[in-house]
Amino acid sequence: MNVFAVTYFAFLIIASSFAAFQQRRGPFMILFSLTLASFVLAIVGGTSALRSVAVGAGLLAFAASIAYCFREFLVIIMPTGIARELRTAPLTAAFGLFVIFTYAIAGIFAPWIAPYGESEIISSAFAPADENMLLGADQLGRDMFSRIVYGARNSVGLALVATVSAFFMGALGGLLAATKGGWFDQFLGRAADVIMSIPSLIFALLMLSIFGPRIIVIIIAVAIIYAPRVFRLTRAVAGNVVVMDYIEAAKLRGERTWYLIRKEILPNSTAPLVAEFGLEFCFVFLLVAGLSFLGLGIQPPTADWGSMVRENATLISFGDLTPLIPAAAIALLTVAVNFVVDWMLFRSSGLKE
Amino acid sequence: MPKAKRALLEISGLKVEGNTGEEWVDIVKGVHLTLRRGEVMGLIGESGAGKSTIGAAAMGYARDGTRISDGSIDFDGIELTTASEGEKRALRGSRIAYVAQSAAASFNPAHRIIDQHTEAPLHYRIKKRLEAQEDAMDLYERLRLPNPREIGFRYPHQVSGGQLQRAMTAMAMACRPDLIIFDEPTTALDVTTQIEVLAAIRDIVDQFDTAAIYITHDLAVVAQMADTIKVLLRGREVEEAPTQEMLDGPKEDYTKSLWAVRSFRRPQKSRPNGSEPLVSVRNVDAAYTGGVKVLDQVSFEIYKGMTVAVVGESGSGKSTAARVITGLLPPTAGEVLFGGDPLPPNYRNRSRDQLRQVQMIYQMADTALNPKVRVNEIIGRPAQFYSGLHGVKLKHRVDELLDLIELEPSRFYDRYPPELSGGQKQRIGIARALAADPTFIICDEVTSALDQLVAEGILKLLDRLQEDLDLSYMFITHDLATVRSIADEVVVMRNGLVVEQGGKEEMFRPPHHPYTDLLLSSVPEMDSNWLTTLLEERGVDNIGDAATV
Amino acid sequence: MRDILGLVLKRLGLGLVTLLVISVIIFFMVELLPGDLAQAVLGQGATQETVEALRQELGLDRPAVVRYLDWLSGAVVGDFGTSLISGDSVGDAISDRFLNTLFLAAYAAVIAVPLAICLGVLVALLRNSLFDRIANVLTLTSISSPEFFLGYILIFYLAVKTGLFPAISSLSGDMTFGELLERTFLPALTLVLVVTAHMMRMTRAAIINLLASPYIEMARLKGAPPWKVIARHALPNAWAPIINVVALNLAYLITGVVLVEVVFVYPGIGQLLVDAVAKRDFPIVQACCLIFAATFILLNLAADVGAILTNPRLRHPK
Repeated sequence: MNVFAVTYFAFLIIASSFAAFQQRRGPFMILFSLTLASFVLAIVGGTSALRSVAVGAGLLAFAASIAYCFREFLVIIMPTGIARELRTAPLTAAFGLFVIFTYAIAGIFAPWIAPYGESEIISSAFAPADENMLLGADQLGRDMFSRIVYGARNSVGLALVATVSAFFMGALGGLLAATKGGWFDQFLGRAADVIMSIPSLIFALLMLSIFGPRIIVIIIAVAIIYAPRVFRLTRAVAGNVVVMDYIEAAKLRGERTWYLIRKEILPNSTAPLVAEFGLEFCFVFLLVAGLSFLGLGIQPPTADWGSMVRENATLISFGDLTPLIPAAAIALLTVAVNFVVDWMLFRSSGLKE
Repeated sequence: MPKAKRALLEISGLKVEGNTGEEWVDIVKGVHLTLRRGEVMGLIGESGAGKSTIGAAAMGYARDGTRISDGSIDFDGIELTTASEGEKRALRGSRIAYVAQSAAASFNPAHRIIDQHTEAPLHYRIKKRLEAQEDAMDLYERLRLPNPREIGFRYPHQVSGGQLQRAMTAMAMACRPDLIIFDEPTTALDVTTQIEVLAAIRDIVDQFDTAAIYITHDLAVVAQMADTIKVLLRGREVEEAPTQEMLDGPKEDYTKSLWAVRSFRRPQKSRPNGSEPLVSVRNVDAAYTGGVKVLDQVSFEIYKGMTVAVVGESGSGKSTAARVITGLLPPTAGEVLFGGDPLPPNYRNRSRDQLRQVQMIYQMADTALNPKVRVNEIIGRPAQFYSGLHGVKLKHRVDELLDLIELEPSRFYDRYPPELSGGQKQRIGIARALAADPTFIICDEVTSALDQLVAEGILKLLDRLQEDLDLSYMFITHDLATVRSIADEVVVMRNGLVVEQGGKEEMFRPPHHPYTDLLLSSVPEMDSNWLTTLLEERGVDNIGDAATV
Repeated sequence: MRDILGLVLKRLGLGLVTLLVISVIIFFMVELLPGDLAQAVLGQGATQETVEALRQELGLDRPAVVRYLDWLSGAVVGDFGTSLISGDSVGDAISDRFLNTLFLAAYAAVIAVPLAICLGVLVALLRNSLFDRIANVLTLTSISSPEFFLGYILIFYLAVKTGLFPAISSLSGDMTFGELLERTFLPALTLVLVVTAHMMRMTRAAIINLLASPYIEMARLKGAPPWKVIARHALPNAWAPIINVVALNLAYLITGVVLVEVVFVYPGIGQLLVDAVAKRDFPIVQACCLIFAATFILLNLAADVGAILTNPRLRHPK
């Protein structure tokens, strides 16, 4: 028994006794089952297994505290209306907001944050990390850390532009279809059905093979692929609003379509539409990352997370996890957005009842 | 009721909390209730009184988002607040049964009616399958369901609403429970169907001497069903008394006000001599897409300054008639004249002034007002749209309209609809119609979603506005009490046809058309012998037939 | 029963029309190439004669509609023309690989579908409990991770660090079924992780949606124990949503398979498609797209038909 193991178990047992004393059933059950599981783990995996558990728990606790602080921070700086909503946000959502905030900072201020240029060769290929290079060098000897920071700007930026254009087309179509109805509605609905019956990645590959892997092609392809999904949701949400009597009253007053959309329908559809924007962003982001990974996204030397994974994948077979950092960055942002969306969806569904 | 009988259900100091999403608030605030074997207690109250929650609590059940926080519920010696889930479960379906408001939603669409009926007896091993089915058919027969030996083998969606409600009562009887909770069992039904279900429920409860808690918001209904009545208001008991005593002399002010609601009545006005009708609907046929005819040669006239009530049950075409007048549903034949000139069939082709003249007030104030728009904009928009008012003039007009509907301008000017009560919302709906400065207003079931006291206020307001502004109303309703209080003329509709029309006084005086008669006689009255007398008059055996005249 | 048959036939017809429209899109998209096919294949440097010769060879002198009909009638019997790069028959190149892809997808589906549905029902029952919350976070994380991320992590831990499974799924004809399963375990596991998370969440939502129905409350108030409420009252009505969930996710597998095949160098149709896209070998791209789209439509069709067949209201018309 070394000092680490003793401290580890002592901490767990004291913490679970404290939880039990405070009559907190949930935390007690977690802590004590963890203690019991750790006994088994210690026998099978030795101290190193315990160490990884401790690191995992530490990371979780760290994330939780950051989320907690960030939520408090937002509650204080935001106006009261938003602050009241934020107060009810679960820690996961607060964590999501924090991550999104961090990425935004990294993306906007990339040139100031990154120590080197995006395609500046400063070292030999695959050079290990040193005091100049936080994460080592990539396959051409460029600084990995700088490229990840620039990647935030390029990858996220591309996904954002693509989502916005898909969203704009889809939402506008959905609102018009719901308000106008008739053959216009029918036609758009059928068109959306057809586009949606081609798997998204396959459709993107088809378009890229024909028009070549250029950024504008990616944006248009994504817009065409995802607009029908946004269209369907908007059509459904707006469809629920359109049957309301206040819409009938406005129609009978003689109001025009544009007034109906702007003043009557849109204000009552924002919550689900914002949530949908988040979800669509996740899908688009993953699709674009997939395309980049296949070598069909943003072309080198521009830094991009998907292609960085692909370019450095060989390192993995030598037991080095650095190439996965960009992939983890993708996953982290998607998780973060999903956490926030989850909260928003829960809120909008909870208010109905 | 002999006092010696031991209490079957004894609830004391019951508190139930509901979760609003942020905190737990009391919905039931300390209610006592004693029910003896074979006794029927009526729980009555307006929405939010907590009556349904008490009904569920009597089974030891708290719906999702609610919890029993205090008090005791003693069912025949078993304390339900502390009993285990298993103990409580063993009571449900066997000794305490439940009849829900909507039978159509409460029967599982995937199973035959009789299989759902026999579920509890088989589960509790009280009967063998065939025995249980035989018993079900027997109950169906007692409840006067058509084809009692065959109806159980249908699926719920193959059976009509009134019949399903009776089948559900039969299902509750399956294990011959000691207590049945009836949770608004006839609220969703038309009046003529309601009679059959009421009669069936009362008979079966009498026959098996079952105790029951009958929950409803309708005083006249509860008067037919209950031995004692308990009045609830916002989670508290107001008073309790034997039915007859309660009907004769309610003690508390709140109860008295409930009783008084039905007293508002306005004398009938007669048609102005020699003038043209303001609105005249001439031989109108209408059909929805799919070709089903919903209006068949409908004609009626509405004169200036008068109220015409259009009465009928669901599916009679009364709302469709309104849609034809407003131009939302162009008729397939016939025409609508306004002030002597034909209106274009489709509202899109009508002029701004034609649109302005005809306004609507809706049944559900919740869906009639945009929840994201402030009151001043809701009311101000028509004034701005039709009269081009803006700035200070617009504000004056909005204030004036708020005054008209008896809401204080300074308090309501900047509010959003979700912050208002049901009655206030309905008033804003009225103000929006008035803002257009119309001559004719269609009121579509404007009081049926409101509690009785509030509804009364709205009716009085509409009446006063009619006097002040010389308005004409078309009043669509299924509620004859409303007709009696506000109408000058009545149009009775059924299956898209006008059955009878004429002045109010003549309509309520015999002889009637058979359907009008059925409709009138089916409205429960505040007399505990009403149902008995009515059934005797009609002859017990053909109630079901009567409803399908 | 006639109603049902009518509905099913209508759905099948609609599916067929959709497939036809998609074949038109896939075929004529290539016509949008700047210049034409021959020009695109040979590049800028080609002389007029060589381009002309290739045009002749590809039959580009015929009108597009004729070529489309030709292509479509070939595609129906599995003849997709010849590859522009190798000159081999596209049909031959695809057939083996398509079987491999189907095998991988089926492997993943066999594990994922029962697992996800059981877990989904379980979290629905334990909703709002700690277990549910942890499952929520884990499934969200899994959904949010790109397939290649999960794939490489599995390679790192299960192949590089511990050597339990091979990192590269090279297949050969003489492997036993057990070897095959072992070789393809990592790609299958990657797919399982993604799809299970999706399916679990959707199953949970479908069940919870159902548990809010009044007839479920009625069942509870009739004294039915929880397992009976689920098995007898919820499940018969849950088939339609569950079938939908399964079909949707199997369809999702088809897209996911492309990335996973690339990560694990698995000889499937997805890998072929990606190579063809990079080399601009259009006959192969068109063939692969058509096959993927057809599978996708078939699955959605199966879900629709399944939902119709299990709907009690339609099975027992008035």
